[in-house]
Amino acid sequence: MSSQQMLNHKGETMSWEFRDGLIELVLHRTPCNEIGSRSLADLELFCRALESPTQRAHALIVYSDLKCGFCAGADLRELYEGSQSMAAEDAAKGVRDFLQRIHRVLNLIDAAPMTTIAAVNGVTFGGGLELALACDLIIADKTARFAFPELRLGLIPGFGGIPRLKRDVGNSVVRDLLLTGRSFNTTKAQQIGLVSQVVAEGEALRAARSTAAQLAKFDHQTAVTAKRFIKPIPHEELTQEIEIFCELFSRPAVQAGLKKFVESKDAQPYLP
Amino acid sequence: MPTAEKTLHEILTLAAAHFKVPREKLSPDDDFFKTLGIDSLQALDLLTKLENHFRIELPDYELQGVSDFRTLASKIQVRL
Repeated sequence: MSSQQMLNHKGETMSWEFRDGLIELVLHRTPCNEIGSRSLADLELFCRALESPTQRAHALIVYSDLKCGFCAGADLRELYEGSQSMAAEDAAKGVRDFLQRIHRVLNLIDAAPMTTIAAVNGVTFGGGLELALACDLIIADKTARFAFPELRLGLIPGFGGIPRLKRDVGNSVVRDLLLTGRSFNTTKAQQIGLVSQVVAEGEALRAARSTAAQLAKFDHQTAVTAKRFIKPIPHEELTQEIEIFCELFSRPAVQAGLKKFVESKDAQPYLP
Repeated sequence: MPTAEKTLHEILTLAAAHFKVPREKLSPDDDFFKTLGIDSLQALDLLTKLENHFRIELPDYELQGVSDFRTLASKIQVRL
């Protein structure tokens, strides 16, 4: 990949652009930015660009180009179909490999030497919320809705969601979100400290750009040092999370839950 | 607290405006998935609109199996 391609890239599931010290990563995989193997490959490519020593940015904004929302989470259809097409042992290995790769990517975004902002709208569920939680700030418009619905499938969030949520909010909130699987709106998200700014519908990107412009005034090294000091990455718990997820994934109840979701004709499959 | 009828009326007006459906085409006992032509993600969008409008929090699991405006209104009414 040329350095120009690293600066600006249009991928199948997402695109990015480096300009004037600001990086914008835009998600655009229909129907709602589900994270599967293609998205992961694009994210890995993006992280290579992010790590490039020739790139120096003060801020990263991650947002969705789709009206339905920021990201509906992991691609459950791909997960289910993948697990059906191979032996259980190979499927378990594939899941572990996928989780380790997505953890590497999200850890890199989490620790990126710049201030990272998730500008979210609409559905921000499961893996989508986990991507947002890897960022330093979440700016949400009034259409945004957040949830960790994994328990309904017999799983826990697997992209680092629990350790990162625990880092940001109180344990009672973590229990409420995880154990009920319910979704909540931006008002609630701001009340519990998950979201830093709430804006009108369609205004999250503008607010994120305005915030990024303010950050550009600060000394870069000071901002990076401050971030390292105030935002530790919970590596040990992240590793534990992968182990717990893999242990749960091997249970027949999970396959049954995935099958039910994928084959559902229910009008409300997204309602936990 | 508004009456149940007023709550129902506000829901119908808000849903019609949001999904650009003539208000007169919506009735309290309609299946809103069918009448509005929406899927589950759009239903969550409607839920968010209603929560913001009524300034309430309505856990989405309370809406499992709910598909008509009248029942939806009763779920909202108890949280006003």
